Amino acid sequence: MNLGATAPSRATLATPVFDPAVLRRDFPILDQEVNSRALVYLDNAATTQKPASVLTALESYYRRDNANVHRGIHELSRRATVAYEDARARVGRFVGAADPAEVIFTRGTTESINLMAWSWGLDVLHEGDEILLTEMEHHSNVVPWQLVAQRTGATLRWLEIDDQGLLELDALPKLLGQRTRLVSLTHVSNVLGTVNPVADIVRTVREHSDALVLIDGAQAVPHLPVDVRSLGCDAYAFSGHKMCGPTGIGVLWARRALLDSMPPFQGGGEMIRVVEREGSTWADLPHKFEAGTPNIAGAIGLSAAVDYLERVGMAAIARHEHELLTYALDHLAEVPGFRGLGPDQVELRSGVISFALGDAHPHDISTILDSEGIAVRAGHHCAQLVMRHLGLPATTRASFYFYNTTDDVDRMVTALHVVKGIFG
Amino acid sequence: MENPPLKSLYQQLILEHYRKPKNKADLPDRTVEVRMTNPVCGDEIVLQLKIEGDEIRTARFAGQGCSISQASVSMMTALLEGRKLTDADGIATRFTQMMHGDESAGGDRTLGDLRALQGVSKFPVRIKCALLGFDALLEALKQSGHTPVVRDEGDEEETTP
Repeated sequence: MNLGATAPSRATLATPVFDPAVLRRDFPILDQEVNSRALVYLDNAATTQKPASVLTALESYYRRDNANVHRGIHELSRRATVAYEDARARVGRFVGAADPAEVIFTRGTTESINLMAWSWGLDVLHEGDEILLTEMEHHSNVVPWQLVAQRTGATLRWLEIDDQGLLELDALPKLLGQRTRLVSLTHVSNVLGTVNPVADIVRTVREHSDALVLIDGAQAVPHLPVDVRSLGCDAYAFSGHKMCGPTGIGVLWARRALLDSMPPFQGGGEMIRVVEREGSTWADLPHKFEAGTPNIAGAIGLSAAVDYLERVGMAAIARHEHELLTYALDHLAEVPGFRGLGPDQVELRSGVISFALGDAHPHDISTILDSEGIAVRAGHHCAQLVMRHLGLPATTRASFYFYNTTDDVDRMVTALHVVKGIFG
Repeated sequence: MENPPLKSLYQQLILEHYRKPKNKADLPDRTVEVRMTNPVCGDEIVLQLKIEGDEIRTARFAGQGCSISQASVSMMTALLEGRKLTDADGIATRFTQMMHGDESAGGDRTLGDLRALQGVSKFPVRIKCALLGFDALLEALKQSGHTPVVRDEGDEEETTP
């Protein structure tokens, strides 16, 4: 049975029926054995696999078009520049950006957030200003703000989570005020899978403060339809490699007026207009924030990934992951000692399952699953604040993507019985 | 369990030490205490030793983590009591050799229960777990003024901040 296989409607006849068993054939890496078992890849929140079309885009760029961008007059440079700027427009459209100039290519979500911290934060924040974060943030949306707070005298404040892993939104208005300069939070928790109601949160922030809202979308853009303008936030960060794209490429989207008001992040070639001994002037957006030769191939690969995701359909991806999540939670509940973390309501989650299993340590669970050819993540998932809230030093995490099937879930359930066989 | 390497990894003796660790208690009259963590997985060991002269009188630990790290430190502390510092150092060296694939160490009686951990050497990403307690031991010996014996080349020391 293929979950998520839906009858084609007349409107979508051009789109193939969503079938994960067929889609996974587009991913060469999935067709292999690990420890003599067919690979089951359930570590998609860490990074996703790449379809052949992305690999081809990378290779054909290097084989035919490779040159530096925005510099050469020659043909290859022209082609590379067109492909790079087309990628910017393509990726921008995918998340609803009004203007490609609002799309800054970075190394990934971490660099996108650091760009905000070091350019906007260092410039604007002063002693007494407040930055509001949440307890469910990945370290990449905690540490940059700690560093900038230390330098500026700004204070960090925290929106907490409840025992199900939902934000304590009732407390939000009280945490906001004249001093709040920034609210930075994740769209989807990488540990609990909680999908935060970003549009509602933005509305509350607007009612109670003049703060900017920055969203960490690393776990959202790959898994559900995202439109940055309808969310209403000021800036949004995400990574290419978690959405079928290459590593080393990511995006910071921000409103044009905000980006215009910010000083450069890094200095170098590409980002200047005129350089003189006394000082320099900056290039227009988006180049002001892209010092040095950018990750041209990465951007082109990300663009190919976006093409692929749109062919599959983001709504279909989200639907399939929900169905898989429901199926998995039902079957995992039958494993003695299984304790799933995160919201009870499946509608409030993405395809992430963090769990504990009796007194078996996540590291041991992960080793046993690996010996059965199943890749999951064990550890604190770069979210030690969440771990502390849960009172667990580590969890095991299985995270799905659209190429995962109920067979993958069944294999994991069987392997967890092996864990029980060893650890009792 | 059909998988042979897995069977060799999770020996009964290891699971017994994991479930009922030896020497997991506080040592009020300790002379040295070392905390070691593996930032990758969050495993943590606090080793407490009472050293008199050149001898370890008592060894205790606290910690949390996977079966390999916790069984390893439990087995280690059981071996350390009444040992000369040089002997303790020797056990650490021999154990490290075993982790790096020296099969002869697996038959070395001086390693006691630790020999049950030989299967870990087939799981490269878990070797660090088995060595965490020994990282703490070597640091404790160093802090107690003991100069370690020269190690074989190829023994890479895993250090954790």
